[in-house]
Amino acid sequence: MKFPVSGMSEITLDARNLLCPLPVIRTQNTVEELQQGDTLLVKCTDHGVINDIPAWCRINGHQILSIDEQEYEIVIKLRVGKNS
Amino acid sequence: MTNSLNKGKKRKAVALVSGGLDSMLAVRVMQEQGIHVEGINFYTGFCIEGHTQAIRKKDRDKPKRNNALWVAEQLGIKLHIIDVTEDYKSVVINPKHGYGANLNPCLDCKGFMVHEAMEWMTKHDFDFLITGEVIGQRPMSQRKDTMPIVTKESGAGDLLLRPLCAKLLPETLPEREGWVDREQLLGFSGRNRTPQMALAEKYGFKNYAQPAGGCCFLTDASYSSKLADLWKARGEKTYEIDDIVMLKVGRHLRPRPHFKIIIAREEGETNFLRGYRKNYLSISTVSHPGPVSLIDGEPDDDDLELAARLVARFSRGREAELVTVEVMQKNGESRNIDVKPLLADEIPGEWYV
Repeated sequence: MKFPVSGMSEITLDARNLLCPLPVIRTQNTVEELQQGDTLLVKCTDHGVINDIPAWCRINGHQILSIDEQEYEIVIKLRVGKNS
Repeated sequence: MTNSLNKGKKRKAVALVSGGLDSMLAVRVMQEQGIHVEGINFYTGFCIEGHTQAIRKKDRDKPKRNNALWVAEQLGIKLHIIDVTEDYKSVVINPKHGYGANLNPCLDCKGFMVHEAMEWMTKHDFDFLITGEVIGQRPMSQRKDTMPIVTKESGAGDLLLRPLCAKLLPETLPEREGWVDREQLLGFSGRNRTPQMALAEKYGFKNYAQPAGGCCFLTDASYSSKLADLWKARGEKTYEIDDIVMLKVGRHLRPRPHFKIIIAREEGETNFLRGYRKNYLSISTVSHPGPVSLIDGEPDDDDLELAARLVARFSRGREAELVTVEVMQKNGESRNIDVKPLLADEIPGEWYV
């Protein structure tokens, strides 16, 4: 079931305290429910996501908008591309 | 790149992508024949990739990549990462074909993954399945006599194509139907990696992951020993995801059969264990710098004092007359106690799990 949306929406995913690749899997599963053009904020604590989520986005056609890296928390913002 | 055999409908294959060289080569062999390939990668909870590096501070600055994602990007294919931690428990707990040298159920694991990939393939309307298996490459799951077991028990049958050793195996459906040209497939066998490395060079693959004794903690003797200890202490073979993550962290000591102590070895592990204090009774030193420790089990007051003395031994107060430690319950209630650190010779070797 897709998230109910009217126009573009922004969803926040809490992937804190999960170790890679679980934040990637949660991102993947959430994106599957979104529409092209929606944005997703992913909050994480495993610094591995700084490499893994952008790599996942590149191979699946989504766009990284920003990566905010703090000491204990990373927030990645991405825009959903065309899901196929 | 399109093979003449594929002038009609473009066929689609799903590939088991581990992040290693063999599955990478298998995908490229298929791409050379004009097959559309997408990768699938399963997260079992025991995958070596990521966890320890994420936890230990000293490893955090090392270059890190998820090899399956890296391989997919090099090949230009999509990768679907599937969380199978719940369903995988039955494979680890009760493997039909038993364990390898440690608690690695490699044959059951391969059958499980091929079966799961088959289900994904059917659901997503793909035509067949490929793996990077090579006859004789692995002692349990990749032998001439065990590979047919995987084919049969997974339900894949002749929809499972192993491009790197296909010439040594019976023809599969994709070959019979002309979706792929058998003549362009390979006949690799054995543990010699030279043919794979030569093929990698031909395809221009560089910086691929080097084989490092498997991608799963269950092949590791020390890890398997900790898992066996967990099952013995609980009196049953069960686990949750937190259990198996915790087995990768810290020193594990079991002073008594009914409880064990997990003691952080460095700052990264201390920070990680601190995040679990709502799930476990915990002990940390107050009067001296020291590690956070978690208690798994049901210790009584005497046990707690022993645990506190043990934790004090691993703090900077190990030579002090007394060390103050904080004992915190799962609900956050805590009390401080003063304990004499254990001496080195008061810690029997058999306490170490």
